Formats: sequence, C-alpha cells, structure tokens
Amino acid sequence: MSETPVDHDEVRHVADLARIDLDEDEVDRFTVQFADILSYFDALDDVPEVESEPDLVNVMREDEVRDGLSQEEALQNAPETEDGYFQGPSVS
Amino acid sequence: MSDAFITEKSIPGADEGPLADRTVAVKDNISTAGVRTTCGSEMLADYVPPYDATVVERLKGAGATLVGKTNMDEFGMGTTTETSAFGPTTNPVDESRVPGGSSGGSAAAVAAGDADLALGSDTGGSIRCPAAFCGVVGIKPTYGLVSRYGLVAYANSLEQIGPLAPTVAGAAELLEVIAGPDDRDATTRQEGADATYADAADGDVEGLTIGVPTELIEGADDRVVERFHDALADLEAQGAETHEVSLPSVERAVQAYYVIAMSEASSNLARFDGVRYGPETDAEGNWNETFAAVREEGFGDEVKRRILLGTYALSAGYHDKYYAKAQDARAWLKQDFDEALSEADVLASPTMPVLPFDLGESLDDPLQMYLADANTVPVNLANLPAISVPAGRADGLPVGLQLIGPAFGERDIIRAASAVES
Repeated sequence: MSETPVDHDEVRHVADLARIDLDEDEVDRFTVQFADILSYFDALDDVPEVESEPDLVNVMREDEVRDGLSQEEALQNAPETEDGYFQGPSVS
Repeated sequence: MSDAFITEKSIPGADEGPLADRTVAVKDNISTAGVRTTCGSEMLADYVPPYDATVVERLKGAGATLVGKTNMDEFGMGTTTETSAFGPTTNPVDESRVPGGSSGGSAAAVAAGDADLALGSDTGGSIRCPAAFCGVVGIKPTYGLVSRYGLVAYANSLEQIGPLAPTVAGAAELLEVIAGPDDRDATTRQEGADATYADAADGDVEGLTIGVPTELIEGADDRVVERFHDALADLEAQGAETHEVSLPSVERAVQAYYVIAMSEASSNLARFDGVRYGPETDAEGNWNETFAAVREEGFGDEVKRRILLGTYALSAGYHDKYYAKAQDARAWLKQDFDEALSEADVLASPTMPVLPFDLGESLDDPLQMYLADANTVPVNLANLPAISVPAGRADGLPVGLQLIGPAFGERDIIRAASAVES
C-alpha cells in the first residue's frame, strides 16, 4: 500500500485544483487507480542523488518586430467573441 | 475512410524537392494551417490552426504531398491509440490488435500503404511503440534536433517529432527534411543544420560495438526475446560485436517518466479552458466553475488521470517526494547512459517488451499500460536518439528492435538499423 493513501476527498481536492469536474463514478475509479499508481511511484524514494551539471545556455535573439496572427485569425477558434475580443465567463 | 486517419485531406507541397513524389501522413497533434488539428480530443474537435508547424512547412517546401491527419491517443497519452475521442485504429497486420501508440494512426497508415511516410511525435515511446507493433521503422530524434514549433505540447522536456517509414532509408530521408535549428523553437540546436542521414543507411556494421542493457531484456515476453537474440546474432554475423551492460537506473525510469510527463501535462493542458478554443458549453457559474465544466466535457479519462496525478505530484507537500525525486532519477539515467555509451557505439533492446495487445485489453488498468513503456521511456529521459526497426515476427505479429545512440548520433543508429533490415 502507498505511504500516501488516497481517499475520495483527496481526489476531489486535486480535481478542484486542476479545474476538472468529476462525477461520482470517476471519483470512485480514480481513487482506486491513484492508490495503485502512487504506490508504484514510491519506488522513487531510493533514487540516489547524482552530481550533474546540465549544459544549459541562454538562447538570445534580437527583439525584432515580425508578423504575428491577425486579430481575426487569433479569434477564429473561439466559441464566443464580442467586438473583436474573446468572450469568457464572468469572473465572480 | 481508413481508421488510421481523423481527417483525410490532400495538401500539395512545392513542385520540386527531395519528397516531390512522396505522400506523407501527419499526426493530428502537429499544426496544419487551415486543416483541423484535434490531438484526438473532443476538446479540439473543431480546432483549425491558423499556422503551419515548422515541420509541416519543411515537408511542403520539400515537395511532399500531405494526405491527412492521423489518429492518436488523446493528446499523445496512451500506448494503444485507444484513448482517441475518435475511436480506435486497428493494426493493419492483425485487425484484432492495437497498432500501438500514441502515433498509432501514423504507423498504421505507413504499414497499410495509405501514405509513403508519416510524422509522429515521441514523448515516451509514441513513435517507436507503434512502429514496432505495425512492423515499420520509427525514429525518435535527439532532443533539440527537430523543431517542436506547432506541436501541441504534452510534456515539452521529453517530446520530439520524428519520422515513420517502411524502411530505414525512408525514415532517414524524412528526418533529413525536418531536422535542423528553428528560431521559433529555442530548444533546437545547431547540430542538425547540415546533417545528412539517408546516406548513413549503408548496412555497414563491421566493427560496430553494441551494448545490451540486461535490465531491458529481463521481464520481456520470451517470444520477443527470441526474435531480439536472432537479430543480434545476425548483426554479429555481419561484423558487429555485442556485450552486456548494466543500467541500474532504468529500473526507476517508468516512475520518473510518468511523474515528469504528468506534471508537465498538468501545466500545459491548463490552457484548455474553452475560451480561445474548445467546445461551447452552456455551463452556468463563475470563471472557475465554467472552466471545470468545459474540462470535464472536453477531456477523456486518461487525460484527466494524468492532469490530476500531475497536479498532485506538484502540489505542496508532495513536490519533493515525487517531482524532485523524478528529476534525480532523470540525472541518474543520463549518467548511466553516458557510461554505457562510452564503451559501446549503440545500445540495443527489444522496442516493446510485449507483442501488440488485443483491442480493449489494457483499457481498464492504466498502470499495466504504463509498464509496457519500460524500454522506451529511458531514452526520452536521457534526451537521446533511438530507432525501432522490424526484427521479424512472433506468432505472426511484428517485433521491433530498438537501437539507442549518443546525443546527435542519429547516423550511428540509422547505419546499425539498416543492417538489421538486410
């Protein structure tokens, strides 16, 4: 069994953080599956730390103006638009 | 219509070029201007990109004719192409079997002759697995060789676009067209700029040293292992030398891969909120409630599972236990591969430890499905190139041999793979 037991409330909490509604069937199913998967992930506990120096470099370029999408192109896939803007749900 | 495609549409390329007489199928997570690009998801069922991915521009410039957009596991999340919102793709070799995934449509299109060549994307094996299951060739390039501009992101630090083809030379030729730096993807590198690959498929393995990681053979299906050893013996007969190597870190690769991929997915897929694209909804409520309703409707089970587990792995209190340890495992893997490749030109393993699943076989048990990726995910974590080449059949089903090379060592794996074909 996992060191981090998962229950229904935890699945609901994570789904809330991820902004995904779940029905009760999904909560039931995911609770069982997550316990299984997270318990498998516990094997990461014994991974050693190794010295590593990633070869990271900054990638720079000139800040030049270039053509982008037109307003019309940017809006073409939106389910709802108004006066050339995206229309979203109310904030509060 | 072939079940390998989500959208069949002919898109002409330039009149002349190295691919002027070729048809190419493109995985449906690679943007095509004016042609819908769904990622196998209800969320993007009507999404039409206003621009081409860099690889699509390069295909068109090389004269290729695009023939359509291929089916895939939703957002690339799967090993069978069954998580697609558009239904499964059958394996052309045996229609009761899956084609592998997530680029299952691309592999099936090539195997069935619906396209001469295809593009897939590989985050943890998504080109090599379907190549192995459908009996074709697939290459996962070194991270940074091919531009990801226009590829709908799932796990940015792991994924690369790559070719599928009936032959090693065909895959190498397509790689030559798409490889090379792109100023719209800052993770691309100079190494691919003038590289040629097709001429490396010369079948010359005299003196080539091949390391065989024992951990990637243990646990594989006996029938797969038998074909694998036959292929190695054939390479030895052609002058290659083989020796066993040990990569203890690969025993933690599947865990590390899924923690990293899910974490990146949870962040990347936050953009799908139904405002800029996505299904129309009549959900009532505030901003967050509406988003949650759209995402419930637009995402399938496997995508929800990965976003939720990724959110969990990154959340306060669990970040160090999962995400930080997975990054340690990734560094450990890179070190193990560096050592093994300092004493061998290439490494070899079965691409998949199993034969193609029956359709429907693995849908109910996600963890079982993840375990099938054991031999492919280490390569993505180490940023290395790998190729899957057909190595005969077992019980009538294709078996793939995987060859892994050093970073930007595509020519080495192409050469070795071309000897497997001969």
